[in-house]
Amino acid sequence: MTSDHAAASMASDHAVDIDRHVKVYITVFVALMVLTLVTVAISRLHLSVPIAVTVALLVAIIKGSLVACYFMHLISEKKLIYAVLALTAVFFAALLALPIFTVSDGYWIH
Amino acid sequence: MDIPYTVEVRRDTGLTNGKIGIWLFLASEVMLFGALFASYILIRTGATSWPRGDTILDVPLATFNTIVLISSSVTMVMAWASLMRRRFGTYRIYMGATILLGLVFLVVKYFEYGHHLRMGEFPSTNNFLAIYYTLTGLHMLHVFGGMVVNAYFWGPGAKLWKTNPVWFTNRVEHSGLFWHFVDLVWIFLFPTLYLL
Repeated sequence: MTSDHAAASMASDHAVDIDRHVKVYITVFVALMVLTLVTVAISRLHLSVPIAVTVALLVAIIKGSLVACYFMHLISEKKLIYAVLALTAVFFAALLALPIFTVSDGYWIH
Repeated sequence: MDIPYTVEVRRDTGLTNGKIGIWLFLASEVMLFGALFASYILIRTGATSWPRGDTILDVPLATFNTIVLISSSVTMVMAWASLMRRRFGTYRIYMGATILLGLVFLVVKYFEYGHHLRMGEFPSTNNFLAIYYTLTGLHMLHVFGGMVVNAYFWGPGAKLWKTNPVWFTNRVEHSGLFWHFVDLVWIFLFPTLYLL
């Protein structure tokens, strides 16, 4: 294969790769829209607060993961980015744990 | 002197400096919003009663804004994909749509805030409204900041495309990462404030 052919082939592969990405973006977009409607629909069921909080956060985590993995390309990032985010997750968890420990004497969401 | 590693990746990290820079910035943003979410949990769990968000706030309007912001995330990533395909005209359309959708979000928020203020519902009225104004206000500032950066890359900043298309594509990717983060924050704010 000549270098011109090799370059043309690489460019073609690259275009196909991006086309595949675009299809994924559209699929994720549809999923996010459906999950948004699911979130609102669940809130209308008037579940008890602990269950409502759990379900709402679960759906939000799924939506957030879709955005982070596909729109922010975290599904195929370098190790250093994962390391930065892992450290952030540890501090974030500690931050959220502070109020939980504070109210661990019997109180919970009213 | 040129800024190093804007186009080519560093051997040790496999990343450009811009990419690692924006992720470190986003890590600090996680802590900023995390502190406010932790405050929200503390205040809510410590309260003897707490109103459901949908009894005070406008859920249909917020649902519309959620759809607007998610759509803007898609147009943002499509703008970047257009540059990767070397289609600058298409990039401009998608980036323009992203900016417009951001503007729609802010206009809806303006009407939402206006309604509450006319009803005499201020941040000082109660803890729920204090949390609502603080979290959504900070989020709105982020939307505005993202719009300013995106508008720069749609307009004057786009000159870089002619001289260094790879660097320009990287810069759009980085501003996109910020924009998606703003979307991500709203995905958690929406159920937390409006539905629970």
